[in-house]
Amino acid sequence: VRAVLTSVLVLALAGPACAANGKSLFDAGCSRCHGSLGQGLPQKGPSLRDAGALGADFYLRTGYMPLAGSHDQPARARVLYDEHQLRALVGYVASLGHGPAIPAPHWRTASVAAGRQLFADNCAGCHQIVARGGVVTGARVPPLDEATPRQIAQAVRIGPYLMPRFSRKQLTPAQVDDLIAYVQYAKQPDNAGGAGIGQLGPWPEGMVTWLVAAVVLVALCCLFGRRARA
Amino acid sequence: VTRLKDWFAGVLIFAAAFTGRQPEPDRSRIVARGTPQRRAESLLLALLVGATLAALAFVVVFAVDSVGHRTQWLGAALGLALAFLAAACLVLARRLVVTEELVQPYPAREHPEAQRELAQIVVEGGSRFTRKRLVLLAGGGALGALGLAALTPLLSLGPALDPEELTKTPWFRGRRLVDEEGRPLAADAVEAGSFYTAYPEGADRELIGSPVVVVRIRAGVVAYSKICTHAGCAISLYRKPTFPDVQPGPALVCPCHYSTFDPAQDGKVLFGPAGRPLPRLPLETDRAGNLRAAGNFNGPVGPSWWGVRNRKAST
Repeated sequence: VRAVLTSVLVLALAGPACAANGKSLFDAGCSRCHGSLGQGLPQKGPSLRDAGALGADFYLRTGYMPLAGSHDQPARARVLYDEHQLRALVGYVASLGHGPAIPAPHWRTASVAAGRQLFADNCAGCHQIVARGGVVTGARVPPLDEATPRQIAQAVRIGPYLMPRFSRKQLTPAQVDDLIAYVQYAKQPDNAGGAGIGQLGPWPEGMVTWLVAAVVLVALCCLFGRRARA
Repeated sequence: VTRLKDWFAGVLIFAAAFTGRQPEPDRSRIVARGTPQRRAESLLLALLVGATLAALAFVVVFAVDSVGHRTQWLGAALGLALAFLAAACLVLARRLVVTEELVQPYPAREHPEAQRELAQIVVEGGSRFTRKRLVLLAGGGALGALGLAALTPLLSLGPALDPEELTKTPWFRGRRLVDEEGRPLAADAVEAGSFYTAYPEGADRELIGSPVVVVRIRAGVVAYSKICTHAGCAISLYRKPTFPDVQPGPALVCPCHYSTFDPAQDGKVLFGPAGRPLPRLPLETDRAGNLRAAGNFNGPVGPSWWGVRNRKAST
C-alpha cells in the first residue's frame, strides 16, 4: 500500500505538466542509448520498459546515469539534474511500462543482528562484511558508505551492473529493512577492539599484529643479548 | 697457536687456583672442566621431556576428530612445545655450557690442527654434563617429536590414493533440491539474474557434496557444486550482466581467490587459480514442477586433491 501511495505521490508530483518536461529531458539525456521510447538499443543500452520509478530513481540519484560510454561500469558521480528535473524524469520513465515503484524502507526499527546475518549470507562475498566494497572478476564492487537506505533497498531489487538481483521471495521487504539497518550501522561501526584501521578487514589488522609481535620479539632478543655485551 | 695455548693454560691454572677444586689442571684441555650443575641438568631434561609431550599432544589432537576447540588446542600444543624447547635452549646456554671469552684470530680453514682444537673446545664446552647420553636422548626425542608434529598436517592433503571416495555425494537420480528452510525448489521460482543455494532433501548439509548453487541462464536452470574446485571455499558470488550486449557474461565466482566459472559452458574456468571445471549437477523437473537431481555430479566435488585434477567424469 505504501509503495502504491509513493508511486501515486511521485506521479502526482510529476504531474501532467511535468510529463512533457520529463519527455524532453529523456530525449536530450537518455534516448541516445535507451531509444526515444525507452525500448533499448542493441549494443548501446537496455530497455527501460520494466525499470519503473524504482530503477530510474536509483540510477539517476546515484549519478550512475547518464553514462559516458555503454561499456563503462556505472559509478557514483555528481547528480546532473535538480530535484524538479529528477521527479519529471523518474515520472516519465515510470510511465513507459509497468515497472516497480520506489520502495520506502522502514529500517529504523529493524534488527541490525538479523541484518548482519543476511548481509553475510548474501552481500559480503562481494561488498565485504564491513560494506567497504572490493572487486569481482570484471568489475569493481562499490563501497556502501554513501548508499542511502532507499538506494540500498533499490539496488537489492535491481542488481545494478553485474550484481545479482534479489526477488521479494529471496529477501522480503522486512529482511531488506534488516539489511539496511546493518549497512547503516556498518557506516559508523562500534570498534570494540579499539582502532578500526579503516575497517579494511583482516589484512591490515594482521599487519598491525605482526608489527606489534615483531617489536616484542626484537625487545626480547635485546634482553637476552644483553649479557653478551656486558 | 702456541702462545694462545700458553694463555689458555695460564687461565686454567688461575681458575684452578681460584676455585681450588682442580689442583692439577689437565694440560691437554683447552676449556676448563666445568663444575657439574645437576639441578640445571634436571631442569633441562624436564623441559625437553615437556617439549616432547607437547609435540606428541599436537599429533594426538590432530588425529582425534572429536576434540572440541581443536584449532585452539593444536595451537596451544605446538606453541607449548616450542616454548619448552626455547626454555631448554636458554637453560643449556646460560647454565650448562661452559663459556669463556676467547680473543683470537679465526684459524685458517685448511689448518687441520686448528680445526681439531675448535672441535675440542666445543666438546669440552659440555663438560658439565653428568648424564650426557640421557640429555642427548631427550634432545633428540624433543626434536624428533616436533618434526613429527610438523609433518602430521600432511595428512590433510587428502585421499591421495583413493580419489574415488570423493565422487560419493548425497545426490542421486530423483532426489529433490530444497532451499535453506527445507522447502522444495520449483523450477519456475528460479528467476534470471538471481542465484539460489539448494541442498539434497533429507541429507546432511555439512557434507562437501551437498550444497549446490542454482541459476537460470539462457539455456535454462542449471545447478553446480557450491564448493570451489581450487581451495574448497563456498561459491557465494554470482555475476550477472544487467545489459548482456556489452557487459561480461554470467559467471559463478569464488570470493577467496576469484576463481570464475562459466555456468553456460559446463562450469569452465574463465579466470583464477581453479584447475578444473565446477562439477555440474544434472537436473530434471518432476510433475509438480520441482527440481530434482537427474544423477550425481559430473566430476569429483571439492578442492583438487592429488590425483583428482585429471580424473575423467564419473557419470
